[in-house]
Amino acid sequence: MITRFILRALEGKIVFAVAILIGIAILVPALNLLTPPTSALHIPTYAMALFGKYLCYALLALALDLVWGYCGILSLGHGAFFALGGYAMGMYLMRQIGSRGVYGNPVLPDFMVFLNYKELPWFWYGMDWFVVAMAMVLLVPGLLAFVFGWFAFRSRVNGVYLSIITQAMTYALMLAFFRNDMGFGGNNGLTDFKDIIGFSVQADGTRAVLFALSALMLALCLVVASAITRSKFGKVLVGVRDAESRVRFLGFRVENIKLFTFVVSAMFAGIAGALFVPQVGIINPGEFAPANSIEVVVWTAVGGRGTLIGPIIGAILVNAGKSFFTGAFPEFWLFALGGLFIAVTLFLPRGIVGTIQHGFNARKALKAAAEAEKGRGDPDDVARAVQAAE
Amino acid sequence: MNTVSETRTKSLLYLEDVSVSFDGFKAINSLSLVVEPGELRAIIGPNGAGKTTMMDIITGKTRPDSGRVIFEDEIDLTKKDEADIAQLGIGRKFQKPTVFESHTVWDNLELALNRSRGVFATLFYTLSAEDKARIEEILATIRLAHRAHEHAANLSHGQKQWLEIGMLLAQEPKLLLVDEPVAGMTDAETAETAILLREIAKTRSVVVVEHDMGFIRDLGVKVTCLAEGSVLAEGSIDFVSNDPKVIENYLGR
Amino acid sequence: MTSRLFLQAFQAILVLFVVTLAAPSFAQQGDPKPLIDQIGKADFAQAETLIGQIAATGDARVVPALQAFSDGDLYVRKSDSLVFIGKGSGANLDLTEPVTGASAGSAPKGAMTKLRINNNLRRAIRSAMGGLTLMSPDRGTRLAAADSVLRAPSAENLELLETAIAKETDGEVKTRMEEARAVSILSSDRPVEAKRAAITTIKGLGGREALGILSGAVATADPALKGELEASIKSINDTLALWDMVQNVWFGLSLGSVLLLAGIGLAITFGVMGIINMAHGEMVMLGAYCTYMVQHLIRTEAPWLFNWSLAIALPVAFLVTGAVGFVIERGIIRFLYGRPLETLLATWGVSLILQQAIRTIFGPTNQEVGNPSWMSGSFALGGLNITWNRLWILVFAVVIFFSLMALMKKSAYGLNMRAVTQNRRMASSMGIRTPWVDALTFALGSGIAGIAGVALSQIDNVSPNLGQSYIIDSFMVVVFGGVGNLWGTLVGALSLGVLNKFLEPSVGAVLGKILVLVLIILFIQKRPRGLFALKGRAVEA
Repeated sequence: MITRFILRALEGKIVFAVAILIGIAILVPALNLLTPPTSALHIPTYAMALFGKYLCYALLALALDLVWGYCGILSLGHGAFFALGGYAMGMYLMRQIGSRGVYGNPVLPDFMVFLNYKELPWFWYGMDWFVVAMAMVLLVPGLLAFVFGWFAFRSRVNGVYLSIITQAMTYALMLAFFRNDMGFGGNNGLTDFKDIIGFSVQADGTRAVLFALSALMLALCLVVASAITRSKFGKVLVGVRDAESRVRFLGFRVENIKLFTFVVSAMFAGIAGALFVPQVGIINPGEFAPANSIEVVVWTAVGGRGTLIGPIIGAILVNAGKSFFTGAFPEFWLFALGGLFIAVTLFLPRGIVGTIQHGFNARKALKAAAEAEKGRGDPDDVARAVQAAE
Repeated sequence: MNTVSETRTKSLLYLEDVSVSFDGFKAINSLSLVVEPGELRAIIGPNGAGKTTMMDIITGKTRPDSGRVIFEDEIDLTKKDEADIAQLGIGRKFQKPTVFESHTVWDNLELALNRSRGVFATLFYTLSAEDKARIEEILATIRLAHRAHEHAANLSHGQKQWLEIGMLLAQEPKLLLVDEPVAGMTDAETAETAILLREIAKTRSVVVVEHDMGFIRDLGVKVTCLAEGSVLAEGSIDFVSNDPKVIENYLGR
Repeated sequence: MTSRLFLQAFQAILVLFVVTLAAPSFAQQGDPKPLIDQIGKADFAQAETLIGQIAATGDARVVPALQAFSDGDLYVRKSDSLVFIGKGSGANLDLTEPVTGASAGSAPKGAMTKLRINNNLRRAIRSAMGGLTLMSPDRGTRLAAADSVLRAPSAENLELLETAIAKETDGEVKTRMEEARAVSILSSDRPVEAKRAAITTIKGLGGREALGILSGAVATADPALKGELEASIKSINDTLALWDMVQNVWFGLSLGSVLLLAGIGLAITFGVMGIINMAHGEMVMLGAYCTYMVQHLIRTEAPWLFNWSLAIALPVAFLVTGAVGFVIERGIIRFLYGRPLETLLATWGVSLILQQAIRTIFGPTNQEVGNPSWMSGSFALGGLNITWNRLWILVFAVVIFFSLMALMKKSAYGLNMRAVTQNRRMASSMGIRTPWVDALTFALGSGIAGIAGVALSQIDNVSPNLGQSYIIDSFMVVVFGGVGNLWGTLVGALSLGVLNKFLEPSVGAVLGKILVLVLIILFIQKRPRGLFALKGRAVEA
C-alpha cells in the first residue's frame, strides 16, 4: 500500500526533478570540496551557502503550494512555521556552544546570562539532544498548525478571512519573540553557533553536507507532496479548492482534509527553517515578519501554484533576482518585487510552470479535438476543445 | 389523512413543523413534509418559496430555528452536519451544476464513489476492479462514457448536470435531492433527464425541485407546491394545478 | 452624627476665635520698618525671630525685602545702621527702601555691609513669604501662595493662613487656603479634633498629593487618628483607582479613534466592495506625507498660516490619495474582481512600490510634522489629563465616521454604491455605470485613508513604514466589527482600543497587543462574520 503510494508519486516530471536535485546534492558539494579554488569549475563556499538558502526557500514555497495551490488556503503565516523550525534548530545549536560562549556559562546561552536568567527555561530542556531538537522541528510547527487549523477549519473560516488571521498569527508570534522574557534571545535571536553534531558549522565539509541535505530534503518532500497530490486524497484536495461544498455534500470531512494538509505543510516549512538556520548562522524574530510570509506567496505564484515544480523554480528565480538586485541596485529591489506581484497576478496567473503546462495541455486538447472530428464528428466538442486551447 | 404517528413509521424523510428565518424574514414557516421510501416527488413553488432553503435544512447546511427533520424514522438530521448527512445516504444536486471542473469525468465519479472517506483511506486508495466496473456502469447511465477522460470543465451545461447526477448515483444515496435539474437544458436533454430520473427513482427516493411544468408533467408524480415557506397543496399534477390557491400564488401570475 | 455636628461647631468657634485674636494684632503692629532695621544688628537666631515678627505684621509690602534677604541683596548702611535693598554691579549699589520700595539713592559698596544668610533663615523667609503673599491684593498671587503652602506646609504659617481665610472673599482662593490650612494643621500641634477635621478636608482634596500627605502623616500621627487616616487613604485610593479606570477608558477610546481612522477607509474598500487592499496602510502614509509637504510649504512661504496647516492638508491629502486610489483601481484592481486573493497579492505589490517610492524621494528617516498650537498641550478634567491632539483626533474620527455614514445612506452616490455592491448586474441594467462607481468608491476609501494619515501624522512618526504599522490593525478592526457594516467598524475599533488599554497595565503593551490579536483570532473562529454579521442566503453568494 505504502509502496504504491510512493510509486505513484514517481511519475513523469517528478522523477526528473528528483534526479536533478540528487545530482545537485552530489555535484555542488563535490565541486566545492574537490576542485582547487583556482579551477574554473570551483564553486566557492559563499555561493554554495547562498544556493543552499534558496533550496530552503524552495522547500518553504513547496509547503505553501501544498495548501494554497492544491487546497485553496492562502496562508499568509507560513513564515511562522519556517521560523519555528528554525528556532528549534537554533536552540539545539545554542546548547552545543556550551562553555565556549562569551560568558563561559556551561548551561546557559550567552543571552540568558546577559538577561540574568538563573536557570534554563523548561522548554530548553532536552534541546541539546539532536534527536529531540529534530523532533521539535516537526512537532512545534505541526502542533501550531494543528491547533490553529482545528479551530479555523472547524468554524469554516475561509478565503481572505483565513489569510488575514494567519497573518495576525505570525504577527503576534513576531511581537512575542521580540520580547526578551520569552527566552528566545529577544531582538537578537539566536546566533554565534559553533557545532552541529560535533562538526563545526563553519567548516567547508559541514557546509557541503548541509547543502546536500537541503537538496535531498527538498527531493524527499517533493516526492511526498507528489504522492499526496496524486492520490485520491489529492483529488479531493483539489475538489476542496474548486468546489468545497460539493466535497462536503459527497460526505467528506472537509475540515479534516484541510487540517491534515495544513499540518503536513507546516512540517515541511519547519524542515526548511531548520536547514536554513545552520547555513545562514542566525535566526531572529524578523523571520516572523508578515512581509516575509507574503514574499513566499509571490515565489509560489511566479513559479506556478498548483504545480509541484513551479514553487521550487519560483523560489530560486525570485531569490536569485533578489540577490542580484540588492547587490547591484539596492534601491530598486522593492520596486522590482512590487512590480513582480502585480505583473504575475495580472499577466501570469498560472505562473511560469503553470503556463507552460497549460500550453502543453492545450496542444493535446487540440489534437484530441481533431481526432474527435474525424471519428465522431461532434461539432460541439470540437468547438469547446478549440476554445479551451485558446 | 394520515395521523403523524402512522406516517412516521414508514417514512424515509419526515419534516415536522420546521421554521427558519434570516434577519426576521421567515424563509421556512412551519413546513411539514413526508417522503416515502422509493418515492419520486416533485416540488414546485414561486421564487422565494423556500425550496432551496428546505434542501439546505435537510442536508445540514442550514440549521432550523425550530421543528424536527427525521431520516429513516430515527435519525435527527438537525444534529448532523453536511458530511454526516451525506454519509447517511442523502445526496444533493445544486441548482447551478457543481462538479470538479479541473478533474476528468472519471475522477469526478471516482471521488463520489461511496467508499471510506477518511484522510488515510483516501491517501492509500487504489482503484479496484469492482470500483472500475461501477464507474463504467454510471458513465453509461449518464451517457458520458465517450468523454470519461476529459476535464469536466469542457462539458456542456447539460452534460455537467448529468455528471452531477452521476456523482450522486456513485454516492449510492437512499434519498436524492435534485435542485432544478433541467434549467438551461435543451428540450431533448430535458426529456432524457426525465427518463434518467425515473430510472434512478426505481431504486431510491428522489425529490426534484423544478420550475418547468412540462418536465413535471413528464415525470408524472406526486407534486408538492410550496409558497412563503409552507406547503400550499399536495397531490397529482392535475390536482395541484387546478387548486385555486396554487393558481393565485404561482401559476396564474 | 453628633460627633460630626460637634466637630463642625468646634471648627466654627475655632475660626471665630482665631479671627478675633488675629485681626487686632494685625492692626496693632502697623509698621514693619523698625523690625527690618533690627535685622541689621541681629545674629542668626535673633534674625529668625525677627522674620517671624515681620511676617506677623501681615504687611505684604515687606515681601521684596524678605526676598532680597533670601537672595543676599539686603544691606545695612554702616553710617546709620539702616537696612536697604541693594542692587547693582560695579562699585556702587542702587539702594531701595525695604518697605515702601522708594529709591534711596546709591552708595559705594564699601559703605554697606551685606547681611549674612543661612539655610535656616531661608526656610523661615520662605514660610514667612508664603504667609504674607496670602494677603496680597492680587488674586493670582494669593492663589499661588495658597498652592505653595499646600505643597510645603508648615505649622508656623497656620495663624497667618487662618487670618487670610477670614479675610478672603474669593471662593476658589478660600477653598484652596482651607485645604492648605488643613495640610498645615496635620503637621502642627493642634488638638486631635482639629486634625480630624483637617483629614476630612484633605480627603476631600483627593489626588496623589493628598495621598502623599496622609501617608506621610500616618507614621507620626496620634494613635486616635490612625483609623481616620487609613480610612481616608483607602477612600482616596479608591477614587484614584476609579480615575485610573476612567483614564484607561479615555486612552482606550483614544487608541480606538486611531484604529477607527485607520480602519474606516478599509471598511469601505474591504467591507463594502470586498477588495483586499493591502496598500491601504500606504494610503495613510501618503496622507501623512501630504501633511508634511503642506507644512513644509507653509513654513517657507507663509509661516502665519501654520495653525491652518492641517485644515489645508486635509483636502490635499484626500485628493492626492483619492487620485492614487483611482489609478490603482483602474490600473490593477478592476481586472481582478471576484479574485480576492489575487487582489491581495497585487495590492501588496503596490504597497511595496509606494513605500520604496516615498523612501527614494524623502529618504528613510522620519519627517518632522508639527502640531498647530490648538493641537498642542493638554488640560485636566477631574483626575484626567487630556491632551488636545488626542481629543481632536477622537472628534475628527467621529466626524469622519458620521459624514461617511450620511454619504452612504443619504446621497444618490451612496445609493448607487450600495446598489452596485448588492447586485452588480441589476444595478448595471438599471443604468448605473458600475465601473465608474467602483473606481469612485475605491478612490473614496483611499481618500479617507489619506485624511486619516493627516490626523495620524500628529501622533505618529511620519516615515515610509508608517502604513505597515496600521495595516494589520485595520484589518483586525474591520473583520472583528463585521465586514460590510460601518457600525461594526465603529464598535470594533473603540472596543478593541479600550480592551487593549485595559490589558496593558497588567501585562504590558506588547503582550497586551499579542493577547488582543489572539482574542480576535479566537473570536473569528467563533463568529467568522464578525460582531455585526449579515445572515442568510445573501452571505453565501
